[in-house]
Amino acid sequence: MLAKRIIPCLDVRDGKVVKGVNFEGIREVGDPVECAEEYNRQGADEIVFYDITASYEKRGVMLDVVRETAKKVFVPLTVGGGIKTVDDIRETLRAGADKVSVNSQAVQNPELIRQGADIFGSQCICVGIDAKKTSSGDWTVFINGGRVDMQINLLDWVKEVEQLGAGEICLNSIDTDGVKQGFDLPMLKAVVNAVNIPVIASGGAGKLSDFAEVFTETNCSAALAASLFHFKELTVQEVKTDCRKKKIIVRT
Amino acid sequence: MIAIIDYGAGNIFSVRNALNYLGIENQLTEDISVIEKADKLILPGVGAFPSAMRMLGKKNLIPVIQEQAKKKPLLGICLGMQMLMTKSYEFEPCDGLNFISGTVEKIPAENLIIPHMGWNKLEIQHECALLANLPEEAYVYFVHSYMANCTEEKNLSAWVEYGGKVPAFVTDGKYVFGAQFHPEKSGSVGLQILRNFAELN
Repeated sequence: MLAKRIIPCLDVRDGKVVKGVNFEGIREVGDPVECAEEYNRQGADEIVFYDITASYEKRGVMLDVVRETAKKVFVPLTVGGGIKTVDDIRETLRAGADKVSVNSQAVQNPELIRQGADIFGSQCICVGIDAKKTSSGDWTVFINGGRVDMQINLLDWVKEVEQLGAGEICLNSIDTDGVKQGFDLPMLKAVVNAVNIPVIASGGAGKLSDFAEVFTETNCSAALAASLFHFKELTVQEVKTDCRKKKIIVRT
Repeated sequence: MIAIIDYGAGNIFSVRNALNYLGIENQLTEDISVIEKADKLILPGVGAFPSAMRMLGKKNLIPVIQEQAKKKPLLGICLGMQMLMTKSYEFEPCDGLNFISGTVEKIPAENLIIPHMGWNKLEIQHECALLANLPEEAYVYFVHSYMANCTEEKNLSAWVEYGGKVPAFVTDGKYVFGAQFHPEKSGSVGLQILRNFAELN
């Protein structure tokens, strides 16, 4: 049986790890390569680097981080943030990433998903989505770190993303992100039912039982968290032990 | 020295990183003389079967690999494992390297998420030197939508459960081995498998 994946995410700016709360008030610091090694020791099933570097000039720093990590950590690595073109995808994969995650750029230019999947294979194209509940009870897609409402229906978008050839969806709920009250179960259920590709739950993990809950309540394939692991409130190992106790299959 | 055959497909750097980390001498190459000189060969691969076979063909590597694997160990990884089989039906019927009798076909997708992506537990049905010294629960990392069905059961060393038995590790019983999963991305279990391969006589 396929194990449910636990994925720590490292938000990296100018080559340093940071973690924002609701995308605002970014906190400090750490060496991303060391953090990745530590997560690897804890049993992380995959590691995501999310590049929030503002300036184009410093983007190369992120590729160095990936290159160094890939020499020491032998689990899948995903890189997201600022990937705009097929060349960006190529460069990132060549640096040692196994997947790229595209978000705002995919909304503005859906062809990026198709081209990426055609050239490099669906398996390395993960589409990150930030979504928020509307007053009418459905969800819309946001871009630019949750700042701009694109007024695109979430379920229409996830189906389109699958059609275009995405290999995976990383679904972040703006409503639960940073709030630490658990994942957005209704949103996840709706998306998992709408597509046949793996869905990673993101945004909202605040305590140990939130992980087992998202796997019991929804059919998502993986759960991602950043600050919780980064500030050592929980280790990946503790999360897996709790899941195992609750009969959820996780990698030992 | 292990020659990692570089024919233009896939993330060969991670295989190289893993071997370097283990201190195993290796070389990325498409050079026939280097392949002939090497002690062992690794055939990596990500992407589609027909285009990978065409790329191997264009570099005149098919007869070289077929000849060399009669006298030295060859490990195919992911698509490289599927290429060890007789024939694939990914997009179009396409002949493989034919070390192991069998066909490559789509994973039956009845209520399954495809690709089969993530960590799955090896079920070993025939002992194999490359699968020695693994923990009791050995999880390895998969990403694939097609699978290699062996005609003869004896060629299948290990499988994983995903809507049925999905072949995970194959061998011809002599020099040829194939891993559907990525040992270079499978943490300590994967590194042990690569170490086992390097230590083969």
